[in-house]
Amino acid sequence: MASCLPSAALTPMSPASFLVDPSASLTLRGVRKSFGAKTILNGADLHVPTGQYLAIVGRSGCGKSTLLRMIAGLDEPSAGTIEVAGLSTGRARLARIMFQEPRLLPWARVDANVAIGLGPAADHAQALTRSRDALATVGLVDRAGEWPSTLSGGQKQRVSLARALVSAPRILALDEPLGALDALTRIEMQRLLEQVWLSNGFTAILVTHDVTEAVALADRIVLIDHGAIAADIPVPLTRPRQRGSADFARVEATILERLLTSAD
Amino acid sequence: MTDIAQRPVVSIGPRLLAATLRLKVPHGRPWIGWIVPAVIVLAWQVAASLGWIADAVMPSPYAVAAAAWRLTLSGELPQNLGVSALRALAGLVVGGAIGLTLGLLNGLSRLSFSVTDTSVQMIRNVPHLALIPLVIVWFGIDEGAKLFIVALGVFFPIYVNTLHGVRSVDPQLIEMARSYGFRGWLLFRRVILPGALPSLFVGLRFALGVMWLTLIFAETIAAQSGIGYMAMQAREFMQTDVIVLSILLYALLGKGADTLVKVLERWRLAWHPAFQAQH
Repeated sequence: MASCLPSAALTPMSPASFLVDPSASLTLRGVRKSFGAKTILNGADLHVPTGQYLAIVGRSGCGKSTLLRMIAGLDEPSAGTIEVAGLSTGRARLARIMFQEPRLLPWARVDANVAIGLGPAADHAQALTRSRDALATVGLVDRAGEWPSTLSGGQKQRVSLARALVSAPRILALDEPLGALDALTRIEMQRLLEQVWLSNGFTAILVTHDVTEAVALADRIVLIDHGAIAADIPVPLTRPRQRGSADFARVEATILERLLTSAD
Repeated sequence: MTDIAQRPVVSIGPRLLAATLRLKVPHGRPWIGWIVPAVIVLAWQVAASLGWIADAVMPSPYAVAAAAWRLTLSGELPQNLGVSALRALAGLVVGGAIGLTLGLLNGLSRLSFSVTDTSVQMIRNVPHLALIPLVIVWFGIDEGAKLFIVALGVFFPIYVNTLHGVRSVDPQLIEMARSYGFRGWLLFRRVILPGALPSLFVGLRFALGVMWLTLIFAETIAAQSGIGYMAMQAREFMQTDVIVLSILLYALLGKGADTLVKVLERWRLAWHPAFQAQH
């Protein structure tokens, strides 16, 4: 629990907190997942180096969310191993997941919701201070004392991002977190996600079916089809990325083509 | 690149809400609900004073008030009122505690649910007032009988609504809290209990209704004290003013209990959008 963590992990979020412990890599070896007779994921091998922004794209039901849930420690693989920072156990503590829905507790104020991210053993006073720091990162510190029901959809998702970040995770798993937002809020959130990733240096795994989003954010895009990794494509674009640029469009077209050819 | 984190937060929500509230007349004026009862009492007094209603059938409000004053001075009213309130409260506490415990247990544990729910549902379909003759045989007409029958009546609404409340807690929130390491008691206290609370309050309100109904019934049939007993005694002597007083007391006690729950709800459910609109 939190009290057993090394002191470096307990300091409030600072840009350098990950550089202290550089190991935030993710390694999957022969990961399989089946529910009864139905195999969702059939032997995935993947290595994500520390600090990489990886996007996983694929059609609905291809197994990408299942893979992400296993990375975040919500589910266990039927076979194979998942290692976070060289450890195959306790990854639920090192990896945090941001869901498609904000999943805020409606009966807790915004800052208390963020404090949930520090786990049940967190010291109350310290937790609130760190929550405010995390809320400042997402630009919502002035709403700390309000009920979640007074926030807009995009603001709720920012609170949920603050909750995922407050414990300074080594890996942030993002399960289509922007899927339910309107186009404009989506672009703002993508910029925010890129910004916190750049300043915190965690390893980010983004599951999405929006190819533009994947190209805008990721260093590398993995395509999953019928429960297997069908393609592994690097995104050689410099940041900040210009959505309208020719290079951007070219990468986007390549990925889309691969997605469409893999369809049948 | 504009930094969205630094943008001022412009929210139209509260203003819209305030505009909507201005249209609602009763907002901030709780006395408005008392206009109708006051008019009825006034009309009743006028009718009685003009001799339209015979005193033996329906005493005037003034006569009822006079009876209340007389019985207060003699100590009869405070004593019976105290006895009734204590019985109601004791029944509510005992029946409510059992209903709450079993409701939580059955909501959280499949095993407990499969073992006990069928039995509870069978007993629930027996009108608990039908048990009064049996209860009198068991307990006589002393306090045990009243406590038993009120507790039994209160048990079911609390049980059913607690079970429903626990069952309807959003599983996504539970999964979220689990992913942050919340287990057991802390998961219950931070997520399940607050999530079940709105339903628990619904159960409490139903239970209060059942509580008064059961108590009146038990007191008019078999009691040596209490408001119901006072009304039955008055019937013997054709004291309609005391009978009407007893009925009015039940109305006031019921309203009082309901107000208490409302205050509790506003306090504990302040996060709920339905309650934010009322502030």
